[in-house]
Amino acid sequence: MLRYITKRILQLIPVLIGITIISFIVIHLAPGKPTDMASQLNPKVSQEAREQLEKIYGLDKPIYIQYISWIKKVATFDFGRSFVDGRPAIKKILERMPITVLINVLSIILIFFVAIPLGIKSAVRRGSVFDKTSTVFVFIMFAAPGFWLALLLMSFFGVKLGWVPVSGIASLDFENFSILGKILNVGHHLILPVLVASLGSLAGISRYMRQSMLNVIHQDYIRTAWAKGLGEKDILYKHALKNALLPIITIIGLSIPGLLSGSVIFETVFNIPGMGRLMVEAVFSRDYNVVMCGLVISALLTLLGNLIADVAYSYADPRIRYGR
Amino acid sequence: MNRLTLFGAGIILILALVAIFAPFVAPYDPGAIDVEDALLRPQASHLFGTDLLGRDIFSRMVYASRIALSIGIIAVGIATLLGIMLGSIAGYFGGKIDSVIMRFTDIMLCFPSFFLMLSVVAIVGPSIFNIMIIIGLTSWMGVARLLRAEVLSLKTREFVLASRALGAGDFYIIVRHLIPNGIGPVLVSFVFGIAGAILTEAGLSFLGLGVQPPHPSWGNILMEGKAVMGVGWWVIVFPGIAILVTVLAFNLLGEGVRDALNPRLRRR
Repeated sequence: MLRYITKRILQLIPVLIGITIISFIVIHLAPGKPTDMASQLNPKVSQEAREQLEKIYGLDKPIYIQYISWIKKVATFDFGRSFVDGRPAIKKILERMPITVLINVLSIILIFFVAIPLGIKSAVRRGSVFDKTSTVFVFIMFAAPGFWLALLLMSFFGVKLGWVPVSGIASLDFENFSILGKILNVGHHLILPVLVASLGSLAGISRYMRQSMLNVIHQDYIRTAWAKGLGEKDILYKHALKNALLPIITIIGLSIPGLLSGSVIFETVFNIPGMGRLMVEAVFSRDYNVVMCGLVISALLTLLGNLIADVAYSYADPRIRYGR
Repeated sequence: MNRLTLFGAGIILILALVAIFAPFVAPYDPGAIDVEDALLRPQASHLFGTDLLGRDIFSRMVYASRIALSIGIIAVGIATLLGIMLGSIAGYFGGKIDSVIMRFTDIMLCFPSFFLMLSVVAIVGPSIFNIMIIIGLTSWMGVARLLRAEVLSLKTREFVLASRALGAGDFYIIVRHLIPNGIGPVLVSFVFGIAGAILTEAGLSFLGLGVQPPHPSWGNILMEGKAVMGVGWWVIVFPGIAILVTVLAFNLLGEGVRDALNPRLRRR
Protein backbone atom coordinates (compact mmCIF):
# COMPACT_ATOMS: atom_id res chain seq x y z
CA MET A 1 0.00 0.00 0.00
CA LEU A 2 2.71 2.46 1.03
CA ARG A 3 4.66 1.62 -2.10
CA TYR A 4 1.63 2.28 -4.24
CA ILE A 5 1.05 5.66 -2.60
CA THR A 6 4.71 6.67 -3.02
CA LYS A 7 4.56 5.64 -6.67
CA ARG A 8 1.43 7.70 -7.26
CA ILE A 9 2.97 10.74 -5.57
CA LEU A 10 6.10 10.50 -7.71
CA GLN A 11 3.93 10.32 -10.81
CA LEU A 12 2.40 13.64 -9.80
CA ILE A 13 5.66 15.56 -10.22
CA PRO A 14 5.46 16.00 -14.02
CA VAL A 15 1.79 16.93 -13.66
CA LEU A 16 2.73 19.58 -11.11
CA ILE A 17 5.30 21.03 -13.47
CA GLY A 18 2.70 21.00 -16.25
CA ILE A 19 0.24 22.87 -14.06
CA THR A 20 2.75 25.63 -13.41
CA ILE A 21 3.63 25.86 -17.11
CA ILE A 22 -0.01 26.27 -18.14
CA SER A 23 -0.63 28.81 -15.39
CA PHE A 24 2.44 30.69 -16.57
CA ILE A 25 1.18 30.66 -20.16
CA VAL A 26 -2.16 32.06 -19.00
CA ILE A 27 -0.54 35.16 -17.52
CA HIS A 28 1.36 35.66 -20.77
CA LEU A 29 -1.77 35.47 -22.91
CA ALA A 30 -2.15 39.19 -23.03
CA PRO A 31 -0.84 40.74 -26.21
CA GLY A 32 2.42 42.40 -25.18
CA LYS A 33 3.34 42.44 -21.55
CA PRO A 34 0.73 41.71 -18.93
CA THR A 35 1.88 44.92 -17.32
CA ASP A 36 0.76 46.94 -20.34
CA MET A 37 -2.75 45.60 -19.98
CA ALA A 38 -2.65 45.92 -16.26
CA SER A 39 -1.33 49.39 -15.96
CA GLN A 40 -1.71 51.58 -18.99
CA LEU A 41 -5.26 50.58 -19.79
CA ASN A 42 -6.37 50.15 -16.24
CA PRO A 43 -6.11 53.14 -13.95
CA LYS A 44 -6.82 50.89 -10.96
CA VAL A 45 -3.32 49.44 -11.15
CA SER A 46 -0.73 51.76 -9.72
CA GLN A 47 2.84 52.39 -10.78
CA GLU A 48 3.97 50.41 -7.76
CA ALA A 49 1.92 47.37 -8.77
CA ARG A 50 3.33 47.53 -12.28
CA GLU A 51 6.88 47.47 -10.98
CA GLN A 52 5.98 44.55 -8.77
CA LEU A 53 4.59 42.60 -11.72
CA GLU A 54 7.73 43.33 -13.73
CA LYS A 55 9.85 42.13 -10.85
CA ILE A 56 7.93 38.92 -10.20
CA TYR A 57 7.78 37.86 -13.82
CA GLY A 58 11.10 39.42 -14.85
CA LEU A 59 9.39 40.73 -17.94
CA ASP A 60 12.48 42.09 -19.61
CA LYS A 61 14.15 38.66 -19.77
CA PRO A 62 13.61 35.77 -22.23
CA ILE A 63 10.50 33.73 -21.54
CA TYR A 64 12.15 30.53 -20.25
CA ILE A 65 14.23 32.50 -17.79
CA GLN A 66 11.07 34.27 -16.69
CA TYR A 67 9.47 30.89 -16.10
CA ILE A 68 12.42 29.54 -14.13
CA SER A 69 12.61 32.55 -11.86
CA TRP A 70 8.83 32.44 -11.37
CA ILE A 71 8.78 28.72 -10.57
CA LYS A 72 11.55 29.18 -8.00
CA LYS A 73 9.31 31.58 -6.12
CA VAL A 74 6.23 29.39 -6.59
CA ALA A 75 8.09 26.40 -5.16
CA THR A 76 8.24 28.28 -1.87
CA PHE A 77 4.61 29.35 -2.32
CA ASP A 78 5.61 32.93 -3.01
CA PHE A 79 3.05 34.24 -5.48
CA GLY A 80 3.78 37.88 -4.78
CA ARG A 81 1.48 40.34 -3.06
CA SER A 82 -2.09 41.28 -3.71
CA PHE A 83 -2.42 44.59 -5.56
CA VAL A 84 -5.49 45.40 -3.52
CA ASP A 85 -4.19 45.31 0.04
CA GLY A 86 -0.52 44.40 -0.34
CA ARG A 87 -0.79 41.14 1.60
CA PRO A 88 0.87 37.96 0.26
CA ALA A 89 -1.46 36.31 -2.28
CA ILE A 90 -0.95 32.85 -0.81
CA LYS A 91 -2.08 34.07 2.62
CA LYS A 92 -5.28 35.46 1.18
CA ILE A 93 -6.01 32.20 -0.60
CA LEU A 94 -5.16 29.97 2.37
CA GLU A 95 -7.42 32.02 4.64
CA ARG A 96 -10.32 31.42 2.31
CA MET A 97 -9.57 27.76 1.59
CA PRO A 98 -10.94 25.96 4.69
CA ILE A 99 -14.55 27.00 4.15
CA THR A 100 -14.40 26.04 0.46
CA VAL A 101 -12.89 22.66 1.29
CA LEU A 102 -15.45 22.14 4.08
CA ILE A 103 -18.39 22.80 1.74
CA ASN A 104 -16.92 20.50 -0.91
CA VAL A 105 -16.25 17.68 1.55
CA LEU A 106 -19.76 17.96 2.97
CA SER A 107 -21.14 17.92 -0.58
CA ILE A 108 -19.18 14.78 -1.41
CA ILE A 109 -20.51 13.10 1.74
CA LEU A 110 -24.06 14.12 0.85
CA ILE A 111 -23.60 12.91 -2.73
CA PHE A 112 -22.26 9.60 -1.47
CA PHE A 113 -25.14 8.95 0.91
CA VAL A 114 -27.92 10.09 -1.41
CA ALA A 115 -26.76 9.26 -4.93
CA ILE A 116 -25.68 5.70 -4.16
CA PRO A 117 -28.90 4.45 -2.53
CA LEU A 118 -30.84 6.30 -5.26
CA GLY A 119 -28.84 4.60 -8.00
CA ILE A 120 -29.13 1.17 -6.40
CA LYS A 121 -32.85 1.48 -5.97
CA SER A 122 -33.33 2.63 -9.58
CA ALA A 123 -31.22 -0.27 -10.84
CA VAL A 124 -32.94 -2.91 -8.76
CA ARG A 125 -36.42 -1.65 -9.53
CA ARG A 126 -35.64 -0.88 -13.14
CA GLY A 127 -38.64 0.40 -15.06
CA SER A 128 -40.65 1.02 -11.89
CA VAL A 129 -42.36 4.29 -11.09
CA PHE A 130 -39.49 5.06 -8.71
CA ASP A 131 -36.92 4.50 -11.45
CA LYS A 132 -38.82 6.65 -13.93
CA THR A 133 -39.40 9.49 -11.47
CA SER A 134 -35.77 9.52 -10.42
CA THR A 135 -34.66 9.48 -14.07
CA VAL A 136 -36.79 12.54 -14.81
CA PHE A 137 -35.50 14.24 -11.66
CA VAL A 138 -31.91 13.49 -12.63
CA PHE A 139 -32.38 14.86 -16.14
CA ILE A 140 -33.85 18.08 -14.84
CA MET A 141 -31.15 18.53 -12.19
CA PHE A 142 -28.55 17.92 -14.84
CA ALA A 143 -29.95 20.68 -17.04
CA ALA A 144 -30.74 23.27 -14.37
CA PRO A 145 -28.08 25.91 -13.84
CA GLY A 146 -26.87 25.58 -10.25
CA PHE A 147 -26.89 29.29 -9.54
CA TRP A 148 -30.50 29.52 -10.66
CA LEU A 149 -31.54 26.71 -8.32
CA ALA A 150 -29.61 28.53 -5.63
CA LEU A 151 -31.58 31.71 -6.28
CA LEU A 152 -34.91 29.87 -6.25
CA LEU A 153 -34.16 27.91 -3.07
CA MET A 154 -32.81 31.04 -1.46
CA SER A 155 -35.89 33.11 -2.21
CA PHE A 156 -38.25 30.29 -1.18
CA PHE A 157 -36.68 28.68 1.90
CA GLY A 158 -34.65 31.69 2.93
CA VAL A 159 -36.72 34.77 2.19
CA LYS A 160 -40.30 33.50 2.01
CA LEU A 161 -40.30 30.79 4.68
CA GLY A 162 -37.34 32.12 6.64
CA TRP A 163 -36.13 28.61 7.54
CA VAL A 164 -32.50 29.11 6.63
CA PRO A 165 -30.17 32.10 6.44
CA VAL A 166 -29.47 33.28 2.91
CA SER A 167 -26.08 34.87 3.21
CA GLY A 168 -22.70 34.40 4.87
CA ILE A 169 -21.52 31.53 7.04
CA ALA A 170 -22.33 32.76 10.53
CA SER A 171 -24.72 35.08 12.35
CA LEU A 172 -23.70 38.55 13.46
CA ASP A 173 -23.74 37.59 17.15
CA PHE A 174 -21.63 34.50 16.40
CA GLU A 175 -18.99 35.35 19.01
CA ASN A 176 -21.47 35.05 21.89
CA PHE A 177 -22.42 31.44 21.11
CA SER A 178 -21.09 28.35 22.92
CA ILE A 179 -18.97 25.93 20.90
CA LEU A 180 -21.97 23.74 20.14
CA GLY A 181 -23.97 26.82 19.28
CA LYS A 182 -21.25 27.94 16.88
CA ILE A 183 -21.21 24.61 15.10
CA LEU A 184 -24.99 24.59 14.82
CA ASN A 185 -24.97 28.16 13.58
CA VAL A 186 -22.45 27.48 10.83
CA GLY A 187 -24.26 24.24 9.98
CA HIS A 188 -27.51 26.16 9.65
CA HIS A 189 -25.86 28.61 7.27
CA LEU A 190 -24.32 25.85 5.21
CA ILE A 191 -27.51 23.83 4.55
CA LEU A 192 -28.45 25.63 1.33
CA PRO A 193 -24.94 26.04 -0.11
CA VAL A 194 -24.08 22.37 0.44
CA LEU A 195 -27.41 21.25 -0.99
CA VAL A 196 -27.04 23.40 -4.08
CA ALA A 197 -23.38 22.48 -4.56
CA SER A 198 -24.22 18.79 -4.55
CA LEU A 199 -27.39 18.73 -6.67
CA GLY A 200 -25.70 18.62 -10.08
CA SER A 201 -23.13 15.96 -9.21
CA LEU A 202 -25.72 14.08 -7.22
CA ALA A 203 -27.81 13.67 -10.34
CA GLY A 204 -24.87 12.50 -12.42
CA ILE A 205 -23.45 10.12 -9.87
CA SER A 206 -26.78 8.45 -9.10
CA ARG A 207 -27.00 7.85 -12.85
CA TYR A 208 -23.56 6.23 -12.93
CA MET A 209 -24.39 4.20 -9.85
CA ARG A 210 -27.54 2.90 -11.54
CA GLN A 211 -25.58 1.89 -14.63
CA SER A 212 -22.78 0.34 -12.61
CA MET A 213 -25.21 -1.66 -10.50
CA LEU A 214 -27.03 -2.83 -13.64
CA ASN A 215 -23.75 -4.03 -15.10
CA VAL A 216 -22.95 -5.99 -11.98
CA ILE A 217 -26.30 -7.63 -11.29
CA HIS A 218 -26.23 -9.32 -14.69
CA GLN A 219 -22.95 -11.07 -14.01
CA ASP A 220 -22.58 -14.78 -13.44
CA TYR A 221 -21.50 -14.64 -9.85
CA ILE A 222 -24.68 -12.84 -8.92
CA ARG A 223 -26.71 -15.49 -10.69
CA THR A 224 -24.75 -18.07 -8.69
CA ALA A 225 -25.62 -16.26 -5.50
CA TRP A 226 -29.30 -16.32 -6.45
CA ALA A 227 -29.02 -20.02 -7.32
CA LYS A 228 -27.48 -20.73 -3.94
CA GLY A 229 -30.65 -19.32 -2.43
CA LEU A 230 -29.15 -16.27 -0.74
CA GLY A 231 -31.53 -13.53 0.29
CA GLU A 232 -32.02 -10.43 -1.86
CA LYS A 233 -30.46 -8.16 0.75
CA ASP A 234 -27.27 -10.24 0.97
CA ILE A 235 -26.92 -10.47 -2.77
CA LEU A 236 -27.50 -6.79 -3.48
CA TYR A 237 -25.73 -5.16 -0.59
CA LYS A 238 -22.92 -7.63 0.06
CA HIS A 239 -22.09 -9.24 -3.27
CA ALA A 240 -23.17 -6.74 -5.90
CA LEU A 241 -22.60 -3.43 -4.14
CA LYS A 242 -18.88 -3.97 -3.53
CA ASN A 243 -18.10 -4.31 -7.21
CA ALA A 244 -20.61 -1.71 -8.32
CA LEU A 245 -19.04 0.88 -6.03
CA LEU A 246 -15.57 0.64 -7.58
CA PRO A 247 -16.16 2.83 -10.63
CA ILE A 248 -18.08 5.30 -8.47
CA ILE A 249 -14.96 6.02 -6.40
CA THR A 250 -13.15 7.07 -9.56
CA ILE A 251 -16.09 9.13 -10.75
CA ILE A 252 -16.36 11.00 -7.47
CA GLY A 253 -12.63 11.69 -7.75
CA LEU A 254 -13.14 13.01 -11.28
CA SER A 255 -16.01 15.23 -10.17
CA ILE A 256 -13.78 17.24 -7.81
CA PRO A 257 -12.76 19.90 -10.37
CA GLY A 258 -16.45 20.36 -11.20
CA LEU A 259 -17.33 20.80 -7.54
CA LEU A 260 -14.56 23.35 -7.09
CA SER A 261 -15.75 25.20 -10.19
CA GLY A 262 -19.19 25.25 -8.61
CA SER A 263 -17.74 26.91 -5.50
CA VAL A 264 -17.01 30.00 -7.57
CA ILE A 265 -20.70 30.43 -8.27
CA PHE A 266 -22.26 29.29 -5.00
CA GLU A 267 -19.91 31.29 -2.85
CA THR A 268 -20.84 34.36 -4.85
CA VAL A 269 -24.57 33.68 -4.63
CA PHE A 270 -24.56 32.89 -0.91
CA ASN A 271 -21.93 35.47 -0.06
CA ILE A 272 -19.57 32.92 1.47
CA PRO A 273 -16.01 34.17 2.01
CA GLY A 274 -14.31 31.23 0.29
CA MET A 275 -11.69 30.74 -2.40
CA GLY A 276 -14.21 30.92 -5.23
CA ARG A 277 -15.51 34.32 -4.25
CA LEU A 278 -12.00 35.60 -3.67
CA MET A 279 -11.19 34.48 -7.21
CA VAL A 280 -14.12 36.46 -8.63
CA GLU A 281 -13.17 39.53 -6.58
CA ALA A 282 -9.57 39.21 -7.76
CA VAL A 283 -10.65 38.98 -11.41
CA PHE A 284 -12.78 42.10 -11.04
CA SER A 285 -9.94 44.07 -9.51
CA ARG A 286 -7.36 42.60 -11.93
CA ASP A 287 -5.38 41.33 -8.97
CA TYR A 288 -3.16 39.07 -11.10
CA ASN A 289 -1.05 37.62 -8.31
CA VAL A 290 -4.09 36.41 -6.40
CA VAL A 291 -5.67 35.07 -9.59
CA MET A 292 -2.54 33.07 -10.46
CA CYS A 293 -2.24 31.79 -6.91
CA GLY A 294 -5.90 30.74 -6.91
CA LEU A 295 -5.47 28.97 -10.24
CA VAL A 296 -2.43 26.97 -9.10
CA ILE A 297 -3.93 26.12 -5.70
CA SER A 298 -7.24 25.00 -7.22
CA ALA A 299 -5.34 22.60 -9.49
CA LEU A 300 -3.34 21.34 -6.50
CA LEU A 301 -6.57 20.69 -4.60
CA THR A 302 -7.86 18.72 -7.57
CA LEU A 303 -4.67 16.68 -7.68
CA LEU A 304 -4.95 15.98 -3.97
CA GLY A 305 -8.58 14.92 -4.37
CA ASN A 306 -7.66 12.59 -7.22
CA LEU A 307 -4.83 11.14 -5.19
CA ILE A 308 -7.21 10.38 -2.31
CA ALA A 309 -9.66 8.79 -4.75
CA ASP A 310 -6.87 6.64 -6.23
CA VAL A 311 -5.72 5.50 -2.82
CA ALA A 312 -9.30 4.71 -1.81
CA TYR A 313 -9.69 2.75 -5.05
CA SER A 314 -6.53 0.76 -4.47
CA TYR A 315 -7.72 0.05 -0.95
CA ALA A 316 -11.02 -1.24 -2.28
CA ASP A 317 -9.52 -3.18 -5.17
CA PRO A 318 -6.37 -5.19 -4.37
CA ARG A 319 -5.74 -5.83 -8.08
CA ILE A 320 -4.63 -2.20 -8.41
CA ARG A 321 -2.21 -2.39 -5.49
CA TYR A 322 -0.42 -5.51 -6.56
CA GLY A 323 -0.88 -5.41 -10.32
CA ARG A 324 1.48 -3.72 -12.74
CA MET B 1 -36.48 7.65 -33.11
CA ASN B 2 -37.48 7.97 -29.58
CA ARG B 3 -40.18 10.46 -28.56
CA LEU B 4 -37.93 12.26 -26.11
CA THR B 5 -35.26 12.73 -28.78
CA LEU B 6 -37.84 14.24 -31.10
CA PHE B 7 -38.99 16.51 -28.28
CA GLY B 8 -35.41 17.68 -27.76
CA ALA B 9 -34.85 18.20 -31.48
CA GLY B 10 -38.16 20.08 -31.73
CA ILE B 11 -37.23 22.48 -28.95
CA ILE B 12 -33.84 23.12 -30.53
CA LEU B 13 -35.47 23.81 -33.89
CA ILE B 14 -37.93 26.28 -32.35
CA LEU B 15 -35.10 27.94 -30.47
CA ALA B 16 -32.99 28.22 -33.61
CA LEU B 17 -35.91 29.82 -35.46
CA VAL B 18 -36.50 32.26 -32.59
CA ALA B 19 -32.82 33.16 -32.58
CA ILE B 20 -32.64 33.67 -36.36
CA PHE B 21 -35.84 35.69 -36.55
CA ALA B 22 -35.33 37.48 -33.24
CA PRO B 23 -36.25 40.95 -34.57
CA PHE B 24 -39.61 39.59 -35.75
CA VAL B 25 -40.32 37.51 -32.64
CA ALA B 26 -39.43 40.10 -30.03
CA PRO B 27 -42.27 42.59 -29.49
CA TYR B 28 -39.92 45.27 -28.11
CA ASP B 29 -36.39 46.52 -28.55
CA PRO B 30 -34.41 44.51 -25.97
CA GLY B 31 -32.53 47.61 -24.86
CA ALA B 32 -35.49 49.98 -24.73
CA ILE B 33 -35.58 51.49 -21.25
CA ASP B 34 -38.90 52.70 -19.92
CA VAL B 35 -38.67 53.56 -16.25
CA GLU B 36 -42.43 54.15 -16.03
CA ASP B 37 -42.97 50.46 -16.77
CA ALA B 38 -40.35 49.11 -14.34
CA LEU B 39 -40.96 45.69 -12.77
CA LEU B 40 -44.35 45.06 -14.36
CA ARG B 41 -45.85 41.63 -13.67
CA PRO B 42 -46.25 39.24 -16.59
CA GLN B 43 -49.26 40.43 -18.59
CA ALA B 44 -50.57 40.48 -22.13
CA SER B 45 -48.39 43.42 -23.20
CA HIS B 46 -45.29 42.10 -21.43
CA LEU B 47 -45.45 38.30 -21.57
CA PHE B 48 -42.70 37.71 -18.99
CA GLY B 49 -42.92 41.08 -17.27
CA THR B 50 -40.33 43.85 -17.24
CA ASP B 51 -37.09 44.37 -15.33
CA LEU B 52 -35.95 47.18 -13.06
CA LEU B 53 -35.29 49.45 -16.05
CA GLY B 54 -38.65 48.64 -17.61
CA ARG B 55 -37.14 46.53 -20.39
CA ASP B 56 -39.33 43.73 -21.74
CA ILE B 57 -37.91 40.45 -20.40
CA PHE B 58 -39.38 38.31 -23.16
CA SER B 59 -37.69 40.44 -25.84
CA ARG B 60 -34.41 40.35 -23.96
CA MET B 61 -34.63 36.58 -23.67
CA VAL B 62 -35.35 36.23 -27.38
CA TYR B 63 -32.19 38.17 -28.23
CA ALA B 64 -30.26 36.29 -25.55
CA SER B 65 -31.08 33.00 -27.29
CA ARG B 66 -28.90 34.21 -30.19
CA ILE B 67 -25.96 34.61 -27.86
CA ALA B 68 -26.54 31.32 -26.03
CA LEU B 69 -26.79 29.28 -29.23
CA SER B 70 -23.91 30.95 -31.02
CA ILE B 71 -21.59 30.69 -28.04
CA GLY B 72 -22.65 27.08 -27.53
CA ILE B 73 -22.07 26.05 -31.12
CA ILE B 74 -18.90 28.02 -31.82
CA ALA B 75 -17.22 27.22 -28.49
CA VAL B 76 -17.93 23.52 -28.85
CA GLY B 77 -16.91 23.70 -32.52
CA ILE B 78 -13.50 25.03 -31.47
CA ALA B 79 -13.20 22.40 -28.72
CA THR B 80 -14.21 19.61 -31.09
CA LEU B 81 -11.77 20.65 -33.83
CA LEU B 82 -8.92 20.87 -31.32
CA GLY B 83 -9.90 17.56 -29.76
CA ILE B 84 -10.10 15.85 -33.15
CA MET B 85 -6.68 17.14 -34.15
CA LEU B 86 -4.90 16.27 -30.94
CA GLY B 87 -6.73 12.98 -30.40
CA SER B 88 -6.15 11.63 -33.90
CA ILE B 89 -2.49 12.66 -33.92
CA ALA B 90 -1.92 11.07 -30.50
CA GLY B 91 -3.71 7.86 -31.43
CA TYR B 92 -2.18 7.50 -34.89
CA PHE B 93 1.46 8.27 -34.18
CA GLY B 94 1.58 6.76 -30.68
CA GLY B 95 4.87 6.65 -28.77
CA LYS B 96 6.37 9.94 -27.56
CA ILE B 97 3.90 12.16 -29.42
CA ASP B 98 1.03 10.26 -27.83
CA SER B 99 2.41 10.47 -24.32
CA VAL B 100 3.15 14.19 -24.62
CA ILE B 101 -0.33 14.98 -25.92
CA MET B 102 -2.10 12.78 -23.39
CA ARG B 103 -0.06 14.16 -20.49
CA PHE B 104 -1.01 17.63 -21.62
CA THR B 105 -4.66 16.50 -21.68
CA ASP B 106 -4.38 15.11 -18.14
CA ILE B 107 -2.84 18.34 -16.91
CA MET B 108 -5.58 20.44 -18.49
CA LEU B 109 -8.14 18.24 -16.72
CA CYS B 110 -6.58 19.11 -13.35
CA PHE B 111 -7.76 22.69 -13.55
CA PRO B 112 -11.24 23.33 -12.24
CA SER B 113 -12.68 24.84 -15.43
CA PHE B 114 -14.12 27.95 -13.80
CA PHE B 115 -10.83 28.85 -12.15
CA LEU B 116 -9.02 28.48 -15.47
CA MET B 117 -11.63 30.46 -17.39
CA LEU B 118 -11.75 33.24 -14.80
CA SER B 119 -7.97 33.54 -14.90
CA VAL B 120 -8.06 33.97 -18.66
CA VAL B 121 -10.93 36.46 -18.39
CA ALA B 122 -8.84 38.42 -15.89
CA ILE B 123 -6.16 38.84 -18.54
CA VAL B 124 -8.06 39.22 -21.80
CA GLY B 125 -11.25 40.74 -20.45
CA PRO B 126 -14.83 39.51 -20.88
CA SER B 127 -16.59 39.75 -24.25
CA ILE B 128 -18.78 37.46 -26.34
CA PHE B 129 -15.88 36.66 -28.65
CA ASN B 130 -13.45 35.96 -25.80
CA ILE B 131 -15.96 33.74 -23.99
CA MET B 132 -16.38 31.57 -27.10
CA ILE B 133 -12.63 31.12 -27.44
CA ILE B 134 -12.09 30.55 -23.72
CA ILE B 135 -14.79 27.88 -23.43
CA GLY B 136 -13.46 26.25 -26.61
CA LEU B 137 -9.86 26.18 -25.44
CA THR B 138 -10.74 24.70 -22.05
CA SER B 139 -13.12 21.92 -23.07
CA TRP B 140 -11.46 19.87 -25.83
CA MET B 141 -10.01 17.21 -23.54
CA GLY B 142 -12.92 14.78 -23.60
CA VAL B 143 -13.03 14.79 -27.41
CA ALA B 144 -9.28 14.20 -27.65
CA ARG B 145 -9.54 11.17 -25.38
CA LEU B 146 -12.54 9.77 -27.24
CA LEU B 147 -11.03 10.11 -30.69
CA ARG B 148 -7.66 8.78 -29.58
CA ALA B 149 -9.34 5.62 -28.28
CA GLU B 150 -11.24 5.23 -31.56
CA VAL B 151 -8.13 5.78 -33.67
CA LEU B 152 -6.13 3.32 -31.60
CA SER B 153 -8.60 0.57 -32.38
CA LEU B 154 -9.16 1.60 -36.02
CA LYS B 155 -5.56 2.04 -37.13
CA THR B 156 -4.76 -1.67 -37.08
CA ARG B 157 -7.80 -2.62 -39.15
CA GLU B 158 -7.29 -4.09 -42.61
CA PHE B 159 -8.77 -1.23 -44.60
CA VAL B 160 -6.18 1.09 -43.12
CA LEU B 161 -3.41 -1.34 -43.96
CA ALA B 162 -4.81 -1.68 -47.48
CA SER B 163 -4.87 2.06 -47.90
CA ARG B 164 -1.29 2.33 -46.73
CA ALA B 165 -0.26 -0.48 -49.10
CA LEU B 166 -1.75 1.58 -51.91
CA GLY B 167 0.62 4.37 -50.97
CA ALA B 168 -1.56 6.61 -48.86
CA GLY B 169 0.28 9.02 -46.57
CA ASP B 170 -0.29 9.56 -42.86
CA PHE B 171 -2.32 12.73 -43.35
CA TYR B 172 -4.56 11.07 -45.94
CA ILE B 173 -5.17 8.04 -43.72
CA ILE B 174 -6.01 10.18 -40.70
CA VAL B 175 -8.31 12.57 -42.54
CA ARG B 176 -9.99 10.19 -44.97
CA HIS B 177 -10.17 6.96 -42.96
CA LEU B 178 -9.61 7.33 -39.26
CA ILE B 179 -11.51 10.52 -38.45
CA PRO B 180 -14.64 9.69 -40.49
CA ASN B 181 -14.81 6.21 -38.97
CA GLY B 182 -14.18 7.33 -35.44
CA ILE B 183 -16.38 10.43 -35.47
CA GLY B 184 -19.48 8.78 -33.94
CA PRO B 185 -18.72 9.28 -30.25
CA VAL B 186 -17.38 12.76 -31.04
CA LEU B 187 -20.74 13.68 -32.54
CA VAL B 188 -22.46 12.61 -29.33
CA SER B 189 -20.06 14.64 -27.25
CA PHE B 190 -20.60 17.62 -29.58
CA VAL B 191 -24.30 17.68 -28.74
CA PHE B 192 -23.73 17.21 -24.99
CA GLY B 193 -20.93 19.77 -25.18
CA ILE B 194 -23.30 22.47 -26.45
CA ALA B 195 -25.48 21.91 -23.39
CA GLY B 196 -22.43 22.25 -21.15
CA ALA B 197 -21.17 25.37 -22.92
CA ILE B 198 -24.56 27.08 -22.60
CA LEU B 199 -24.50 26.38 -18.85
CA THR B 200 -20.94 27.68 -18.60
CA GLU B 201 -21.75 30.86 -20.49
CA ALA B 202 -24.77 31.44 -18.26
CA GLY B 203 -22.62 30.92 -15.17
CA LEU B 204 -19.90 33.30 -16.33
CA SER B 205 -22.42 35.95 -17.36
CA PHE B 206 -24.20 35.52 -14.04
CA LEU B 207 -20.93 36.33 -12.28
CA GLY B 208 -20.64 39.42 -14.45
CA LEU B 209 -17.57 38.01 -16.18
CA GLY B 210 -19.21 36.68 -19.33
CA VAL B 211 -21.44 38.48 -21.80
CA GLN B 212 -21.43 42.14 -20.76
CA PRO B 213 -24.45 44.41 -20.59
CA PRO B 214 -26.05 45.92 -22.62
CA HIS B 215 -25.95 42.64 -24.61
CA PRO B 216 -28.70 40.52 -23.08
CA SER B 217 -27.73 36.99 -22.04
CA TRP B 218 -29.80 34.59 -19.95
CA GLY B 219 -27.03 34.64 -17.39
CA ASN B 220 -26.73 38.40 -17.10
CA ILE B 221 -30.52 38.89 -17.01
CA LEU B 222 -30.41 36.61 -13.96
CA MET B 223 -27.52 38.57 -12.50
CA GLU B 224 -29.46 41.81 -12.81
CA GLY B 225 -32.59 40.08 -11.55
CA LYS B 226 -30.92 38.81 -8.40
CA ALA B 227 -31.04 42.28 -6.87
CA VAL B 228 -34.79 42.60 -7.33
CA MET B 229 -35.88 38.99 -6.96
CA GLY B 230 -37.67 39.76 -3.69
CA VAL B 231 -39.96 42.17 -5.53
CA GLY B 232 -40.25 40.51 -8.91
CA TRP B 233 -40.03 36.73 -9.07
CA TRP B 234 -40.55 36.80 -12.84
CA VAL B 235 -37.19 38.43 -13.43
CA ILE B 236 -35.34 35.33 -12.22
CA VAL B 237 -37.83 32.57 -13.03
CA PHE B 238 -38.17 32.85 -16.82
CA PRO B 239 -34.51 33.14 -17.91
CA GLY B 240 -33.69 30.17 -15.67
CA ILE B 241 -36.43 28.11 -17.30
CA ALA B 242 -35.07 29.08 -20.71
CA ILE B 243 -31.62 27.77 -19.78
CA LEU B 244 -33.05 24.61 -18.25
CA VAL B 245 -35.24 23.78 -21.24
CA THR B 246 -32.46 24.48 -23.74
CA VAL B 247 -29.89 22.39 -21.91
CA LEU B 248 -32.44 19.62 -21.37
CA ALA B 249 -33.25 19.62 -25.10
CA PHE B 250 -29.58 19.27 -26.08
CA ASN B 251 -29.10 16.50 -23.51
CA LEU B 252 -32.13 14.58 -24.80
CA LEU B 253 -30.92 14.97 -28.38
CA GLY B 254 -27.47 13.79 -27.30
CA GLU B 255 -28.91 10.65 -25.71
CA GLY B 256 -30.88 10.02 -28.89
CA VAL B 257 -27.83 10.42 -31.13
CA ARG B 258 -25.88 8.08 -28.89
CA ASP B 259 -28.52 5.38 -29.06
CA ALA B 260 -28.93 5.84 -32.80
CA LEU B 261 -25.21 5.36 -33.38
CA ASN B 262 -25.10 2.25 -31.22
CA PRO B 263 -27.66 -0.25 -32.48
CA ARG B 264 -26.42 -2.93 -30.12
CA LEU B 265 -27.18 -0.80 -27.12
CA ARG B 266 -30.41 -1.91 -25.55
CA ARG B 267 -31.90 0.82 -23.41
CA ARG B 268 -31.40 -0.31 -19.89
